[in-house]
Amino acid sequence: MNSIIMSFENVTFTYMQEDESVKPAVNDLSFSIQDGEWIALVGHNGSGKSTIAKLMNGLLFPQTGKVEAMGKLMSEESLWDIRSQMGMVFQNPDNQFVGATVQDDVAFALENNGVPHEEMVVRVKEALQQVKMADYLDHEPHHLSGGQKQRVAIAGALALRPRLLILDEATSMLDPQGRMEVIETIRELRKATGLTVISITHDLEEAALADRILVMNAGEKQLEGKPDAVFRSGNELTNLGLDLPFSMRMTHLLREVGIELQGEHMTEDELVDELWTFYSKK
Amino acid sequence: MDILLQEVGYSYAKDTPFEKRALTDVSLHIPSGSYTAIIGHTGSGKSTVLQHLNALLKPTEGSVMIGGRKIEAGVKAKNLRDVRRQVGIVFQFPEQQLFDETVLKDIMFGPLNYGVSEEEASRRAHELVEQLGLPPEVLTKSPFDLSGGQMRRVAIAGVLAMEPDVLVLDEPTAGLDPRGRREIMDLFHRLHIEKGLTTVLVTHSMEDAARYADNVAIMHNGRCVVTGEPVEIFSNEEQLRDYRLEPPRTIRLQQKLEDKMGIKLDSISLTEEALAKNIALALSEGRDSE
Amino acid sequence: MMEKMIFGRFIPGNSLIHQMDPRAKISFVFVFIAIVFIANSAITYGILLGFTLLVVFLSKIRLYFLINGLKPVFILLIFTFLLHIFFTREGDLLVDIGFIKIYEEGLRQGIFISVRFLVLVFITSILTLTTSPISITDGIEVLLGPFKRVKLPVHELALMMSISLRFIPTLMDETGKILKAQMARGSDIGSGPVKDRIKAVVPLLIPLFVSAFKRAEDLATAMEVRGYRGGEGRTRYRQLNWRLIDSLSLVVLVGLAGILVYFRV
Ligand SMILES: Nc1ncnc2c1ncn2[C@@H]1O[C@H](COP(=O)(O)OP(=O)(O)OP(=O)(O)O)[C@@H](O)[C@H]1O
Ligand SMILES: Nc1ncnc2c1ncn2[C@@H]1O[C@H](COP(=O)(O)OP(=O)(O)OP(=O)(O)O)[C@@H](O)[C@H]1O
Ligand SMILES: [Mg+2]
Ligand SMILES: [Mg+2]
Repeated sequence: MNSIIMSFENVTFTYMQEDESVKPAVNDLSFSIQDGEWIALVGHNGSGKSTIAKLMNGLLFPQTGKVEAMGKLMSEESLWDIRSQMGMVFQNPDNQFVGATVQDDVAFALENNGVPHEEMVVRVKEALQQVKMADYLDHEPHHLSGGQKQRVAIAGALALRPRLLILDEATSMLDPQGRMEVIETIRELRKATGLTVISITHDLEEAALADRILVMNAGEKQLEGKPDAVFRSGNELTNLGLDLPFSMRMTHLLREVGIELQGEHMTEDELVDELWTFYSKK
Repeated sequence: MDILLQEVGYSYAKDTPFEKRALTDVSLHIPSGSYTAIIGHTGSGKSTVLQHLNALLKPTEGSVMIGGRKIEAGVKAKNLRDVRRQVGIVFQFPEQQLFDETVLKDIMFGPLNYGVSEEEASRRAHELVEQLGLPPEVLTKSPFDLSGGQMRRVAIAGVLAMEPDVLVLDEPTAGLDPRGRREIMDLFHRLHIEKGLTTVLVTHSMEDAARYADNVAIMHNGRCVVTGEPVEIFSNEEQLRDYRLEPPRTIRLQQKLEDKMGIKLDSISLTEEALAKNIALALSEGRDSE
Repeated sequence: MMEKMIFGRFIPGNSLIHQMDPRAKISFVFVFIAIVFIANSAITYGILLGFTLLVVFLSKIRLYFLINGLKPVFILLIFTFLLHIFFTREGDLLVDIGFIKIYEEGLRQGIFISVRFLVLVFITSILTLTTSPISITDGIEVLLGPFKRVKLPVHELALMMSISLRFIPTLMDETGKILKAQMARGSDIGSGPVKDRIKAVVPLLIPLFVSAFKRAEDLATAMEVRGYRGGEGRTRYRQLNWRLIDSLSLVVLVGLAGILVYFRV
């Protein structure tokens, strides 16, 4: 099962190459992602995350280096086969809608991939139920609220039942509960189907749930590793414009006000536990 | 500047087959100089309310008082430019806000429209770009050739450049990296204090609402169901859950801690710093009582 | 302001007309366009108008919405009407106030042309309002199917047509959006003297073109990323399903043609 589903090898990409002063958006980047992994891609604004997503699905091609997906080198020929197994949610959902109504839009990728009609109907309904938008079948996608648009965009990707799902800040406009629901849905899908997820996010609580975090800085990979390892690097992260999850921030703040906590706590429960021992000990 | 919504109802595309009711009987007072946070789950009508605050949308029922201007359902409102100079709005998606060829032109659009000189407008643009943490070379780029977070910063700059009296922010930090989020929220807060702005913030971050606002309104299914001070609103967990919201993390952690240790902290912690202090206090008290 | 326009939009529903096969509806519209030219008298035009209103009724789209949504079209209509009234000089003189002279034939022609125009606009609007753009593409594609043999890129043609159709509302949305963005920052369109209004429209134009191209590009990108690559191997969410009412509708149309020919003078 340990096959590689996506890999970058020394990939460099520059927008507007003809202009010498423009720095590469992605610079000499290498990494690989295992089948079934959940990767969080984080980094400051303009660090190249969305560009990486576009390189992953062949919207952009690297100027040097190579991108491999689903065991194939990304090229004009392999592109379509790769895309049929890949769902992507854009940073701005408006850029992604094609259909005139919500249901037509969710069905669009299915039509393109030749899913039979009966199955299509089932999948469209199911995907919209998963994101709680089943009441909006006949609405125009462009005329929804911000969070509703994001939900429909996610449904469009889920309906395809991809092997690889790329989410570019796909939940940035959802309320906290909505965000948890989407994360929960994706977790379940991963359990059921072994879906691989690449999630671009500024929400470090969400990143903390991933199997592995990739930290980008100015087009280059700065850090890579399991969440607790990455977050333990503390200051390095904050210097990159990032932050720590809430419970770790609290741990630091508590030390500042003179409470000598021992551990670095990734979850609130751990923190509460230590505070409790601390409290009952003295 | 005082803003008062009175029994406002709004339907999108009224009198067409696409008619969609978004607001019902919304009454809301935004006192001059206040910092109001509007919270509510997806689709509850927050963005629709915001667009009434500078008459981009006109109520289909009821009325909106913006300073001295009254915008009433069914009555044609003329010459809204003054209102719109006073009330600056940052839209939910930055793409909805940007339109000019270059970032510089886009930021200068507002000030130039209100008779600010070229030099002054350009000075403001340069200053804001720096304040919002953008590299100066973006000024000559097309706003659409930027990353999501960079676009967001440009959109904010374009509104701040008009130097409005009321700042209306629709999820202004979505898409910003954590540092940008903190710096820009602090910038808004500083402007709020220093220039005495009236600020209205729509956010999904209960933490931001708790930290910055002095007045919170909850929207639910197109109605404004509750208004009050952050302490009241956020300590009433049951009510929040009814409206599909939850308390800020600090309060949730405080709750967990209190349950586990069987103690009560001094006050409701609206910020992380306050929570740390409260915990330290409780722990040292516990020590004293021994 | 833009949202009232219904031209090129699709109103989901399940009326008899909504349920019809897009192929039937498209053929219907083309045959109807031909039939309209049979009419040449008060009775025949009356029958056409009655028939059209019946179709509107069956589509369950309220006449009020239709009229409201097609306002710009009516301005054109009134203009042609006036043109005929004032410039046709045949038949009895009906009104004579100074330089305004209205002749009977002019009035007749004016009314006839207007009715013709009206029924054409209504019937084509009913087609687009009750059929999703994707179904229209599918319908056109199948109808043009035979031309594939002569190497006509039928699928691409159909797609182009439906994208242009789909693009009209998008473009109107886009205009509304830019308008809003500019109004929020102090441009004032829609009030003040005409000169000021024209001046206010100018800064709208460039961004509108830019964003129209950007939208088109975004749409192409979205289609590509979501796996669109032409007609081969594509399935349909909205099934083409030719039923009895579809055949009937065409029979009715032939009947209508017969009646018109009979009453024609
Ligand atoms: N279409 C474009 N044309 C030119 N430059 C671009 C374009 N899109 C992005 N860039 C530039 O490339 C760099 C990387 O952008 P990218 O969108 O990948 O960043 P990101 O990590 O997704 O940032 P964010 O968190 O703000 O979304 C930025 O400096 C940006 O200005
Ligand atoms: N342009 C539009 N046309 C028609 N209906 C709309 C339009 N914009 C929003 N709506 C509808 O109005 C309701 C309120 O939308 P609004 O955008 O105010 O919600 P919101 O509270 O801002 O939500 P979110 O947090 O998701 O941004 C929603 O049900 C939405 O579907
Ligand atoms: Mg991005
Ligand atoms: Mg909103």
